[in-house]
Amino acid sequence: MTKLTAFIAGLLFGLGLLLAGMANPSKVLAFLDLTGAWDPSLGLVMVGAIGVAIGPLTWARRQSSSLLGRPMQLPIKRELDPRLIGGSLLFGIGWGIAGICPGPAVAILLTGHWQVIVFMLAMLAGMLLFTALERRRSH
Amino acid sequence: MNVDWLNFTPWSSLAGGALIGLATSLFVVANGRIAGISGLIGSLLQRGSEGVSEKALFLLGLLIAPLLWGLFAALPQIEFKSGGGGLIVAGVLVGIGTRYGSGCTSGHGVCGISRLSPRSMVATVCFMFSGFVTVFVLRHLLGG
Repeated sequence: MTKLTAFIAGLLFGLGLLLAGMANPSKVLAFLDLTGAWDPSLGLVMVGAIGVAIGPLTWARRQSSSLLGRPMQLPIKRELDPRLIGGSLLFGIGWGIAGICPGPAVAILLTGHWQVIVFMLAMLAGMLLFTALERRRSH
Repeated sequence: MNVDWLNFTPWSSLAGGALIGLATSLFVVANGRIAGISGLIGSLLQRGSEGVSEKALFLLGLLIAPLLWGLFAALPQIEFKSGGGGLIVAGVLVGIGTRYGSGCTSGHGVCGISRLSPRSMVATVCFMFSGFVTVFVLRHLLGG
């Protein structure tokens, strides 16, 4: 059952990205272009998403297991460290260059555009680099 | 500030956002997991992660969403603004940045803010800020 809900959640997430316009890099860049011809649409994506999710997630924060009896795995870390801030700043630079973040990269991977395949391979390389650096750090 | 009213899509963006919120809620409420795409992909790249099948099935659903969409309607426009070099640099920065920052637009921006997590609020302000600055620099300082 949790496999089915995971699949449906992913599918709905992807349909939402497509409907919202988030899957179009040029629209994402138009949102990030505050001083140009600014398209505020993606702000409303956040409003819609948070507006729907805030109730269920507030409920979830008080539970120790999910409705299907799985452990509720919500992050518990609270401190603001340089990794969080530095990493997020780097992510934003990459997002601002291409207008693609990880969700849309997966959601448009099979639409036949070579650009997203190049982006995805580079993103996976970046993630593997992180894993390799972390492994080195822990030795 | 100059709003591009012609390309402004308030209703479809709100509705798409609501679907994203619904998907996020379902994954948390039913599976007890955060729908953060960079976290899901990153953990599948690491050996010995738990919950591999649920994470992979979420990503599979995300991957085939355009195929399902395509059965009923034409896909929305997908237009890229960068060439190969830009895409590679962007991809590497997004990959490494989201892993160090423990999340992206979905994990921090939607899930984290909906959980009222201070870390996610700070992360979202950071990537929005550097995204705005990057586009400003590339389009208006360097691009002319």
